[in-house]
Amino acid sequence: MKSANDIMLNDFVIRFANVNGSGSASANGMFAKALFRMGIPVSTRNIFPSNIEGLPTWFEVRVNDRGYLGRREGVDIMVAMNAETFEEDVNSLLPGGYLVYDNSKELPKSLLRPDINLIGVPISTMLLSEFSIQKQRNLFKNITYLGVLAGLINIEFEIITGMVSTQYKGKDDLIEPNIRALEIGRNYALKYLDAPIRFQVKRSDKVGDKIFVEGNEAAGLGAVYGGASVCAWYPITPSTSVAEAFEKHANKLRIDLETGDKNFAIIQVEDELAAIGVVIGAAWNGARAFTTTSGPGISLMSEFLGLAYFAEIPAVVWDIQRSGPSTGMPTRTQQSDLIGAAYASHGDTKHPLLFPTTPKDCFDFANLSLDLADRAQTPVLVMSDLELGMNQNLSDPFKWDDSAKYDRGKVLSAEDLEKLDSFGRYLDVDGDGIGYRTLPGTHEEKGSFFTRGTSRDEYAVYTESPEAYERNMKRLEKKWETIKTLVPEALITMNGSRMGVLYYGTTALPMPEALDLLAEDGIILDQCHVRAFPFGAEVSKFVADHEIIFVVEQNRDGQMRTLLINELEVDPAKMRKVLYYAGLSISANNIHRQISEYFDQNNIAKVSEVKS
Amino acid sequence: MTFVAKPQIHHPSLRRNDLGLTRRDYEGSVSTLCAGCGHDSVSASVVQACAELSLPPHRFVKVSGIGCSSKTPSYFLNKSHGFNSVHGRMPSVMTGANLANRDLMGIGVSGDGDSASIGLGQFAHIVRRRINMLYLVDNNGTYGLTKGQFSATNDKGSTSKKGIPNLYEPIDLVSMALQLGASFVARSFSGDKKQLVPLIKAALKHKGMAFIDVISPCVAFNNHVGSTKSYEFTRDHLDTAVNADLILTSPEVTADYEEGAREDVAMPDGSTLRLYKLDADYDPHDRVGALNYVQKMQEEGTVVTGLLYVDTDPVECHDIMGTVKTPLAELTEKELCPGSKVLDSINKSFR
Repeated sequence: MKSANDIMLNDFVIRFANVNGSGSASANGMFAKALFRMGIPVSTRNIFPSNIEGLPTWFEVRVNDRGYLGRREGVDIMVAMNAETFEEDVNSLLPGGYLVYDNSKELPKSLLRPDINLIGVPISTMLLSEFSIQKQRNLFKNITYLGVLAGLINIEFEIITGMVSTQYKGKDDLIEPNIRALEIGRNYALKYLDAPIRFQVKRSDKVGDKIFVEGNEAAGLGAVYGGASVCAWYPITPSTSVAEAFEKHANKLRIDLETGDKNFAIIQVEDELAAIGVVIGAAWNGARAFTTTSGPGISLMSEFLGLAYFAEIPAVVWDIQRSGPSTGMPTRTQQSDLIGAAYASHGDTKHPLLFPTTPKDCFDFANLSLDLADRAQTPVLVMSDLELGMNQNLSDPFKWDDSAKYDRGKVLSAEDLEKLDSFGRYLDVDGDGIGYRTLPGTHEEKGSFFTRGTSRDEYAVYTESPEAYERNMKRLEKKWETIKTLVPEALITMNGSRMGVLYYGTTALPMPEALDLLAEDGIILDQCHVRAFPFGAEVSKFVADHEIIFVVEQNRDGQMRTLLINELEVDPAKMRKVLYYAGLSISANNIHRQISEYFDQNNIAKVSEVKS
Repeated sequence: MTFVAKPQIHHPSLRRNDLGLTRRDYEGSVSTLCAGCGHDSVSASVVQACAELSLPPHRFVKVSGIGCSSKTPSYFLNKSHGFNSVHGRMPSVMTGANLANRDLMGIGVSGDGDSASIGLGQFAHIVRRRINMLYLVDNNGTYGLTKGQFSATNDKGSTSKKGIPNLYEPIDLVSMALQLGASFVARSFSGDKKQLVPLIKAALKHKGMAFIDVISPCVAFNNHVGSTKSYEFTRDHLDTAVNADLILTSPEVTADYEEGAREDVAMPDGSTLRLYKLDADYDPHDRVGALNYVQKMQEEGTVVTGLLYVDTDPVECHDIMGTVKTPLAELTEKELCPGSKVLDSINKSFR
């Protein structure tokens, strides 16, 4: 089936089907990293169960020289190592695809398709004669198929052997057998198989200075750089690794060299209520503080978020979104917490949201969210998701400007207070709706006030006066207007179309490819990559200036669309839903399909048709 | 509600402490609680204790939850910041405040609804985290603001104002605090300032989690015949294990106490905690013994008061965590930000 002229160089999707807990993650990770080190853009997707051991897990790698990083539908190479899902895995291959499997035991013919290439490798049999310990035989299956793949698709072998040596540094006795297993696989492929196959890799220059990292790692590191000194959290997938990354990096980077003391505090508390409570207490008392959670945690934090909104206390919450509602699919991605987060808590509350797309965004937004929370004296939620947080993504390298200062917002020092005749915590001195705050313990006589979730006047004195209550609520509204000028602007690309596409967060990842696919059909759209809520004037203008806006997102109800309609008061009819919410990340093919269909069904002229 | 405006001028006869301040400098705004509320006596005891210890009145953080008790941080130390947070969640807010600035003294005030019901989890966890603070519970066994429902500390069989008995087991916060690792545990009675003030002083000097459960009768909803948290019942069923006094300098303050076994405990700052053991066999350094004693007396219908347990070598959360001595809130970019050079090498590790 292979012919020289249909070789697919650096352009395919490979999926590994494994059993959870079998040690496959390490080999699969090395596969992706090896291609990255060959300069080829790759993106990874870990499709894992909510389980410790024994259930099916898949690892997918998109290899694409053009830098398309979103998920692509269909699998070109399937490494089927899980008997339980074998049939399903075989069926997910595209025609002409390759099935790599262990043929030590004969498989029922009925399972195999005639339109795919079968690459049976006697992995178990080979390991049986090579290794005496059963545990090793099982464990080395993974590294052996990595060796097979190296032979099949032309991975530079020294890169993999180099990684094995680095990985097991300090456990040197593991290096030799791992490399031996790699070689067994590779030699088998070169000797007995028709290698290389149609899908091949070749050193490229498309990666440049990019890095390959998980969004959660970037977020945790970013919080260290952003000056967070208190982190309180409660374990929940897929957010746990944010706190773990913060702790790991802080333990290296935030230690007082003389005393060995920690310039940070991290605490795993009893639940999400306590986590946000600790953050609010710490921020009230002058520290930069954050917590990290997922949808169920946002639900639990809601009462406290309302307090922080009303009492005007900075707080940063990372929401690594997963599939809801309720426990939903806890190990699958989604963008379904938008409305819950934007308006979290009872009463008239609203909170700024930031939408990171890449690990670089996660790093930058960690600091930005702390600055914004301090500046606006309000909770800020960073809306990442499992797709970005828990998968290694290609990203621009992290950057830090050493002359940058943290924006601590309007905080009065003892010297400032000394010069004041009177202090009113909730006075709108600057006309931007944001008052000046003082930190506990600042001054002997001046600046103390009582923070509360009940209504109060400009001087923080409890009141049930209707006028004072209304003045305060109106000032909070004014502050909301100010926040619109503080959040990151949307990235807008105008192509002169009367139709636009709007997207955010990880939905931006497949967009370059989707837009190229649409362009091939003669569909040219203006683009608005929203990066924050509330929407700035540029988003408002973009929506107003286009007849139709396709809002692409990963939830059932079109939550971003609802926010746009609600906040910008636009006609819902012009806001078209483009949705995917089944738990994987949205693919370019899907976006392309839905938007094309809309054009076809409504007989809208495409550019190519207009021209002809 | 009592609403008597407080005069701004200090009476010249008011005693000045080492900072040159009078008790008035430690007061708060006028209480809006019912006249005769036990909570106001607790607030007054806090004022007296802080003034007598010559603590700087602006160097506290006062945190509370929701309820009558949680209003009280307004009524003392008005030069310090206060935070009336959400119901039952004082402990988490206090934890955060303490992590951010370990130099400020923390006073957390909570009620029995706040700490024993909605916030039982947070109470348990702040105690086991050993946050350095004074945790005061104004315990009246009832929900005052919502008009007299039973709280979880209400004794089984104790009746409501309408005469309905409580059917469920009470939660004893003192026993829980002992079991969960508090290094200072006491119980007192709002009507006994002679006992309560020294306990608060000792608790403020204690470096670690100091918990004081104060029986504080609710004059509106839980001060009738049949209630086990009324003034009358409490006075009749009190038994004191150990009274305490904190001796900073001479002259010694001993005159008020009856003769009994005395024990002096050196405090970390050089002051002396003097214990008056009314039951000569009672050992206030034995956590398990204290727990047994409290439970045994409870079986007999007696409310044990006084200093029930003190760890003379306490550990607090910052010691456990190994945090820097400087308050985290005071750290700057210099200590917090590792800089671009380090970041370059971190970037390399992701290639």
